[in-house]
Amino acid sequence: MGEEFLTWTAGELGTKIRNKEVRPVEAVEAVLDRIEKTEPMTGAFLSIDREGALAQAEEVEKGIRSGRYQSPFAGVPAAVKDNICTRGMETTCASRILKGFYPTYDACAVEKLREAGIIILGKTNMDEFAMGSTTETSAWKVTKNPWNTAHVPGGSSGGSCAAVAADECFLALGSDTGGSIRQPSSFCGVTGIKPTYGTVSRYGLIAYASSLDQIGPIGKNVADCARMLSLLAGQDRRDSTSLKREPLQFEEDLSGEIRGMKIGVPEEYLDEGIDPEVRGALMRAMEMLKERGAVVEEFHLGMTEYVIPSYYIIASAEASSNLARFDGVKYGYRSGHAESLHEMYKMTRSEGFGPEVKRRIFLGSFVLSSGYYDAYYLKALKARAVIKQSFDKAFASYDALLGPASPQTAPKIGESLQDPLKMYLGDLYTAAINLAGLPAITVPCTVSGEGLPIGIQVIGDCLQEKKIIRAASALEQERGAFPKAPLDTEKGGI
Amino acid sequence: MRKQYETVIGLEVHIELATKTKIFCGCPTEFGGEPNTHTCPVCTGMPGALPVLNRKVVEYALKAGLAMNCQIHRFCKFDRKNYFYPDNPQNYQISQLYLPICYDGTVEIETSGGRKQVRIHEMHMEEDAGKLIHDPWTDSSLVDYNRSGVPLIEIVSEPDMRNAQEVMAYLEQLRIMAQYLGISDCRLEEGSMRADVNLSVREAGASQYGTRTEMKNLNSFKAIARAIEGETMRQIELLEEGKEVIQETRRWDDNKECSFPMRSKEDAKDYRYFPDPDLPPVVIDEAWIERLRAEQPELRGDKKQRFVREFGLSEYDADILTEFRNLADLFEETVKYGAQPKKAANWMTQDAMRLLKETGRRPEEITFSPDYLAALIQVEEEQKITHKGAKEVFEQIFDHDEEPLGYIEAHHLAAVADAGVLEQVIEEVIREYPDSVAQYRDGKEKVFGFFVGQVMRRMKGNADPSVTRELLREKLR
Repeated sequence: MGEEFLTWTAGELGTKIRNKEVRPVEAVEAVLDRIEKTEPMTGAFLSIDREGALAQAEEVEKGIRSGRYQSPFAGVPAAVKDNICTRGMETTCASRILKGFYPTYDACAVEKLREAGIIILGKTNMDEFAMGSTTETSAWKVTKNPWNTAHVPGGSSGGSCAAVAADECFLALGSDTGGSIRQPSSFCGVTGIKPTYGTVSRYGLIAYASSLDQIGPIGKNVADCARMLSLLAGQDRRDSTSLKREPLQFEEDLSGEIRGMKIGVPEEYLDEGIDPEVRGALMRAMEMLKERGAVVEEFHLGMTEYVIPSYYIIASAEASSNLARFDGVKYGYRSGHAESLHEMYKMTRSEGFGPEVKRRIFLGSFVLSSGYYDAYYLKALKARAVIKQSFDKAFASYDALLGPASPQTAPKIGESLQDPLKMYLGDLYTAAINLAGLPAITVPCTVSGEGLPIGIQVIGDCLQEKKIIRAASALEQERGAFPKAPLDTEKGGI
Repeated sequence: MRKQYETVIGLEVHIELATKTKIFCGCPTEFGGEPNTHTCPVCTGMPGALPVLNRKVVEYALKAGLAMNCQIHRFCKFDRKNYFYPDNPQNYQISQLYLPICYDGTVEIETSGGRKQVRIHEMHMEEDAGKLIHDPWTDSSLVDYNRSGVPLIEIVSEPDMRNAQEVMAYLEQLRIMAQYLGISDCRLEEGSMRADVNLSVREAGASQYGTRTEMKNLNSFKAIARAIEGETMRQIELLEEGKEVIQETRRWDDNKECSFPMRSKEDAKDYRYFPDPDLPPVVIDEAWIERLRAEQPELRGDKKQRFVREFGLSEYDADILTEFRNLADLFEETVKYGAQPKKAANWMTQDAMRLLKETGRRPEEITFSPDYLAALIQVEEEQKITHKGAKEVFEQIFDHDEEPLGYIEAHHLAAVADAGVLEQVIEEVIREYPDSVAQYRDGKEKVFGFFVGQVMRRMKGNADPSVTRELLREKLR
């Protein structure tokens, strides 16, 4: 298959496979060839299951012949973030402490991919335990932005977003705790959805912050992501926080018909903290939506100053407890130098976790300690409730909100880790959405003067995925074709 | 001169609930099994696994709460208790701190000192830990997670008990309550019931409590009694010497009969409790509570009083009969089959208890057909069997649920009242012991018993006693 193959969306490839124009094995072989060529430049994957993917492709081909699949993506190759359990495939959360952990079970989301005939290529790089915004905290490797390999892909789902941007896969699973799907989607010029909390089962997602984590789709356009979300959604009795929802059907919303829709832009999101080019992109998105007949206006959201402190307190508190199970006793890494149980714990965790993970475990343990619980953790929970109220108020007036996914474009590799606080502040527009449990989608909007993509976030009220997919489709149509990552040209190359 | 002291005791009791599956996964709770065979990703703390609450656990906890007249939090939550230990696969235990399911209850106890209400501070649900096995051969420690995730309730009393006798009575009440409710078998020795003792002493009449210690590792009623005595003495001695009691957790060593400090308040662990984000709050509505209230069985106290009132039993008999719900039920069923209550009670309180002691069987495992016992009582009433024969038959019913009439027939236990058969035997005896006959005729009345015995022996105990006596008197005259 020629280069043309790489320009297809997942939906287009799925249709060709259904029409027997392309065999699933051919599709897998084509992406494996692509991976071989581009992976040295991107470093998006941590592991590639060549044999498994080809075997699955054979199976799916049989299944298609027997009419087993209804999904539009049967035979389409996809990548899975390394914090989502895959049976028999190493799952490390990009952490030394989970080296050699091969789950005996698939995450619910992975089961759904397999049921839909989606072929799992391998596991993608990420920030260690999803803690970071650049994929640089990975214990294993640095992933590079396919638009400019001197830059980060964003994070924490940087590997998944880079893989989609580099055409190393057609779809990918990411997870989003404070922006980990939406921010790297913006940096890599791809589309990604963080669904309403409880829409996709967390069973098999290795927890960072349980009350914030959601799995979501990453793809080449809005339609691919929307259809993938339909496949992933659904109540799961193994996850008590998963919601019972009507089946999610987005076909009519892909029309992008938004006449009369009311869209609000928090004035705080246009403040001075934001890069002028990103602000420009947001203004342009507002114009595009107006063109399509939506009513777009700025408004005062409020409470934005509490987002970062309450997010980092809650996420770190939950993480400090969630990550306690990685102790060297049952699986993964164990320090070989310890003489006693407590020494084994200390050395295993000291050697197994990276500095950013340790920083958040310390912070989380501190805010839960007796004497500090009320002052920090409990106060953060109260702030979270107030933040949710401010969104409730906004959604009483607007169908959807518009905002940036990050205050800037992808930084250069090595820039961000010097100043973690600055990195944390970059989560302002995304983390609030997780605190309130809302759905949001990032759509590529424009490319900066430096040649880096800028995505815009459409935010919906709880359970209102249809509205944001409608608005995102409108943006996408108004924008027109988005350029491909120039990975193959001199500029993008090494 | 030594001052008078008062001991003040509060208890934390863990009871393992007898649900079929664990509290947060579908693994079986049954005892035994090869190590790590009753496990899954959830109860072994695998990455990505999530807890899902077993509603039966909430139901069992509510039953206990209702039986202790507790208030119920209609909106209760689970919290994580964070600490590192290998028997705890997640390194946090899912428990309840901020909103436990039940609070403010009472348990009535009775001792030689009279009746007393022990107040219940709170009761919560939590998961059990696994078991560590230290293998001296390989110098290593192994973990078995079969018990990990078995549901527990922890019942925390107020410091309302004053001596070991009250503590025993309280534990006994909890055991009987759980057994009546069918929520646990409460075996202290097997660890399905565990008690930690909080104890302080103070001068008699003082209004303030003294500094308390908490004692752990108490795995029998006897150990608890000894620990209370030992710790009381230790604290009194400290005070007498003008020293202070340190607030600490102590480990009771029942072999050495003394306790050792485990950790003091200063290095008390900070468990960093916080609400478990994986588990939504449990909402307990009125309808649920009402349904459970309606299903609640008659508890021991009520049953005991009813037995006295309805069947004219003594307090003493009613007390023994109601100690185990199944034995009380067997008694009542037997009466329903027409047996005279006093007779049925006698079999249960005397012979059944004797047999339990002899066979070492667990009272709660005893089961037999109550109509068999009723039939036996009837046959004895009609003097168709001697009391000795009836005892043999009762043993068969008790041990093997043997049908009594068939057994009497097959083993020739029917009482012989046939004058012809008895006269023949009596004449044999008179012929054999002429000296004794002479003595009797000389007025030595006590020889009469000897003759009865001889006849009975020859009849293998099946001679009808009154007919035998009558015939003997006649023949000896």
